[in-house]
Amino acid sequence: MLGTGLIQGLMETAKNFVGSYHDEARLVTVQYPEEKIPAKENSRNFPFLVYDGEDPQAGLRCVACQICEKECPPKCIYIVKSKDKKPDYTGKAQLYPATFDIDVSVCMSCQICVEVCPFDAIKMDQVFELSTSDRFATLLLKKTTLAKPNAYFHQIHPTDAAEIDGRLAEEKRKAEEKAKAAAAAKAAAAAAATTGTDPKAPPVGGAAKSPTN
Amino acid sequence: MSLTSTGAANPFGALSANGTESVQRFSRSPKPDPGDLGGELLEVSMGPHHPSTHGVFRMDVVLDGETVVKLKPVFGYLHRNHEKIAENTSYLGSMPYTDRLDYLCSMTNNWAYALSVEKLAGLQVPERAQYIRVITAELTRLLNHTCLIGFLLQDMGALGTPMMYAFREREKILDLFESLSGARMMCNYMRFGGCRCELPKHWLEQARQVVEDFPHFLDEFEALLTGNEILLARSQGVGVLPKDLAINASITGPMLRAAGVGYDIRKVDNYGIYERFEFRVPIGAHGDVFDRYMVRVLEMRESLGILRKALTDIPEGPIMDPKSKLRGFKPKAGEAYGRIEGPKGELGFYLISDGSANPFRYRVRPPSLINLTVLEDMCLGHNVADVVIILGSVDIVLGEVDR
Repeated sequence: MLGTGLIQGLMETAKNFVGSYHDEARLVTVQYPEEKIPAKENSRNFPFLVYDGEDPQAGLRCVACQICEKECPPKCIYIVKSKDKKPDYTGKAQLYPATFDIDVSVCMSCQICVEVCPFDAIKMDQVFELSTSDRFATLLLKKTTLAKPNAYFHQIHPTDAAEIDGRLAEEKRKAEEKAKAAAAAKAAAAAAATTGTDPKAPPVGGAAKSPTN
Repeated sequence: MSLTSTGAANPFGALSANGTESVQRFSRSPKPDPGDLGGELLEVSMGPHHPSTHGVFRMDVVLDGETVVKLKPVFGYLHRNHEKIAENTSYLGSMPYTDRLDYLCSMTNNWAYALSVEKLAGLQVPERAQYIRVITAELTRLLNHTCLIGFLLQDMGALGTPMMYAFREREKILDLFESLSGARMMCNYMRFGGCRCELPKHWLEQARQVVEDFPHFLDEFEALLTGNEILLARSQGVGVLPKDLAINASITGPMLRAAGVGYDIRKVDNYGIYERFEFRVPIGAHGDVFDRYMVRVLEMRESLGILRKALTDIPEGPIMDPKSKLRGFKPKAGEAYGRIEGPKGELGFYLISDGSANPFRYRVRPPSLINLTVLEDMCLGHNVADVVIILGSVDIVLGEVDR
């Protein structure tokens, strides 16, 4: 009969309308500024720079290698290398960014800078209420606003942060061991030099010669 | 205009939902010839800021009374040099730009691009990554088709309700994408030789839940729409695309299948691991707007079958080819064309490499643009109001048409 399909459809809307008052599955609206959906762990928005320790500038993991600047598809990163060096987490002297700017009005949140960074220095943030009335100054993020502590990184991406911390700690341990071994070898060499028997010197005499000669 | 119900058998009889064995067919009586009224032809520019043109798209329509006698699609308002940008950036660098082609289906865009680069560089995708790709692509198909049906109904004048229902379901899939890739729409998830990151904890269970709930929504959606006489009368017999024209104009996707041609790249090309899944390809009988609507609904039901199997069969294992590398990626000189069955049709990427870090030539075969080429043939002789729904049934996204 003509019209039954129409009535069936209207019954469907009526069911949804009534359901929207009590049925959990149909109560989908989130009253945004009052209510907020918690961000998912993988959510990403704009990049930020991770620092270790207390000092946001001294603790920056970034060594100004400029890989992210080169790989960034829309080219929104601008880096100037420092003239001097500072020690990184393993104690090795490294350059640091004298300038590190991200133009978030150009950034397309693609995460490629995070993927290519060999130092785990740049990560994705989850802040999103960034609207301003100024197009230029406030949307060009400087090094000072980009630097955020490792604790914050732990808070937003706990799984990632734990994995990276473990890896960095392992690298640090290896570097320290290596440094210790190098120091020990140096000390041994110094001791050997004073006694006259250098442990690294080739054995004296014809023993080193090949018997076929 | 008079409406008569002919009650012809539904071409999808066995596939149809809700046990409805047949869908009513309405036919329009031919327009009465008013005789020569001495009127003039009127040229109307529909768009580019018309709410029914799905973005910045313009149609130059020449009207005789309310009948379309000529139609010229005008596009390019959203042109942003996608292909040249890609030729000037690294292979990896254009992956996020592919998200922005057809911004409803970023996962399938990623896959098509990754597929052609993998062909170029000879990378092998691990088993688990193949399954993840199938799952994300089929979820994308679900969300594209639900949205499209919402938009189409919006064009028919059903303001709000069907689209809100569609968006409610779409949000569940977007939530899955967000927890997987970090972004709802601009996923940027696939990489050459695999996928970017491992599935988060409990993701598979969440996906299974969504797939399990989806048929209820589809039943509800079909109860709301499929039997609705207004929808049937507006869409049946409107915008008929003949089979031979569809083939000659290289139309692909649901539009081609609605015209009665059983051509699905998942079946003919067997890219990825689609040969492991059993699914039917719904085919229309009339090639009109209603068949395009119905083919999409039925495709979603088939996609759910693929999803159920993929979500149970997905193995453990690596998700990246160890030979693939992010930085300094330089495939050897050569050319490759990778194509997939996107929700809108055949989406292909043609690449020529000269051995450097950037592609020498990068070309997108966009289904939206090519499906749009027959718009005039479908619209001639129809009313202006029909032009709007015919355009809606083509399923275009201007990001992909203009690139």
